[in-house]
Amino acid sequence: MKIAVLTKAIPSYESSIRIDSSSTWIDESVVNFVVNESDSYALEEALQIKEKLDNGSEVVVVTMGSQDNTSKVLKDGLAKGADRAIFIQNEDSNTDPLSIAKLFSQNLKDENFDLVFSGLQSDDLGSGQTGVLIGELLGMSTATLGIETDIQDGKIKIKRELESGWFQWVTLPFPASVSIQSGINEPRYPSLKGIMGAKRKESKVIDGQLSDDPKQNFINLFVPKTEKATEKIEGDVDGIVAKLMDILKNKLRVIS
Amino acid sequence: MILVVLENQRGNIHAFSKEAVAAGQSLGSKLGMDVSILCLGENASSLKEQANDYKSKSLILAEHDMISAYSADGYSKVLSDVIKDVSPKYVIMGHSYMVRDFLPRVSAKLDIPFVSDIISVTYDGDSPIFARQVFNAKLATNIQPDSSSNTTLLSFQSAAFSSDEIELGGSDAVSVFEVSLNAEDIKSSSEPEFQESASGVDLTTADVIVSVGRGIESQDNIPMVESLAKAMGAEIASSRPVVDMGWLPSYRQVGSSGQSVSPNLYFSVGISGAIQHVVGMKGSKNIIAINKDEEAPIFEIADYAVIGDLMEIVPKLTEELQK
Repeated sequence: MKIAVLTKAIPSYESSIRIDSSSTWIDESVVNFVVNESDSYALEEALQIKEKLDNGSEVVVVTMGSQDNTSKVLKDGLAKGADRAIFIQNEDSNTDPLSIAKLFSQNLKDENFDLVFSGLQSDDLGSGQTGVLIGELLGMSTATLGIETDIQDGKIKIKRELESGWFQWVTLPFPASVSIQSGINEPRYPSLKGIMGAKRKESKVIDGQLSDDPKQNFINLFVPKTEKATEKIEGDVDGIVAKLMDILKNKLRVIS
Repeated sequence: MILVVLENQRGNIHAFSKEAVAAGQSLGSKLGMDVSILCLGENASSLKEQANDYKSKSLILAEHDMISAYSADGYSKVLSDVIKDVSPKYVIMGHSYMVRDFLPRVSAKLDIPFVSDIISVTYDGDSPIFARQVFNAKLATNIQPDSSSNTTLLSFQSAAFSSDEIELGGSDAVSVFEVSLNAEDIKSSSEPEFQESASGVDLTTADVIVSVGRGIESQDNIPMVESLAKAMGAEIASSRPVVDMGWLPSYRQVGSSGQSVSPNLYFSVGISGAIQHVVGMKGSKNIIAINKDEEAPIFEIADYAVIGDLMEIVPKLTEELQK
């Protein structure tokens, strides 16, 4: 079984997000890049499948972006147990999901993966399209929001999360592209041995060029307007608590 | 022409699809375009009956045995064929889990843009500009799809439009689209939808909800929030990361994959306000949010934004409430 796991470097939750002078992207110099959360679950799922099958299966981490932001992502994947890495180096600011998926597909096509796993969406652009687009472009079956997987009889069975607490099992033949929901497993931490071993693993760098004819692009980023008249409460803890008590008691009347 | 596609949700038109009808009609009137409504696949005839009163140029019915149950393979193939046949400028759906599952495939099949999870529309003359949230809702972006594209796919986030805005008046015509599918078109198979361990906790009827997010940092701190909930006579709820870590059971989860609530008071503790959570609670009548990050997106929808350390505020507030 040959499994590709698409991972992405995204700004950490704590990072300060500032619009840069182009107004179409953020100031990356003040951002700490980390692995997109649901991608960690996707990698763990792939590693568990490999360990369960134990028959020369291979897990390959794949990412796209600039060298600076993504090197940590690949190192992390290799340290956790991926066998090799593919890095599509690209400094473009093109944010078109279809252009991005085409570049991935062109470079993954000849690998003939049985499975492509991805996180359900990236916590930066959040289109949630890449895995499904690649699946279609490479003629694969697709499923999204997988919360459990089971490999059997040359097929993959996936428990898909639907809305409002509903679920559904779907069965796909290989090759298949499946997006993974967070919470599906417990992602491992890299071991010291894994970290040391990662340096010896193959990491292929491809110079990638996104289409100069994107189907859609950002015109400008902006800070969302507050939808409500929000009252700010800050200061020392005693003051905050007193204010909250007043609101709960006298304004909202939820306590007497 | 604008084509709105209806989604079946266990026998009824999905709530997001109704909002998509309102979105389609709004775009149609701004751009001077007709609106048609497509009833596709699963339960299509019944959806058509339910959509009879909506004002539209035509109601299109696309049915076939092989799409009588949803599959990404079947739906993406049939919708692509419909688009090739009727050439709509825009195809509009609600941003549901089903849409995320199959609409990107239509985008790739036809090489056309799909702008997903749109929160609002503005106009630059005759050309619409779509806004969507990025960077975990800390920012938003305006997107203009390539105008040379014959068709653009759009999905709208819940509550971007209201189903109250749907214009009634019925349809001028009803037509049937001849679906053509072969066995090899559908490679996947699916089992019936099911609900897991329907627990006794119905958060939707709670008057006050105390909800906890990843800011709580550790399972050891959950009892602290439980005490606060108890002191306020509230139900406890959470955002997704807390459930993923196993700190609270999944039936406590509020958001797109959990329950949707609209209590009198939603008291949010250490929740940043990712889109997936906010869609499940933004209808709350009053929202108090505690977060140490002044830029947390939850503050955009909060009535009271408490900027501070929950580890200090929550125990003290609980103590005051218990007095």
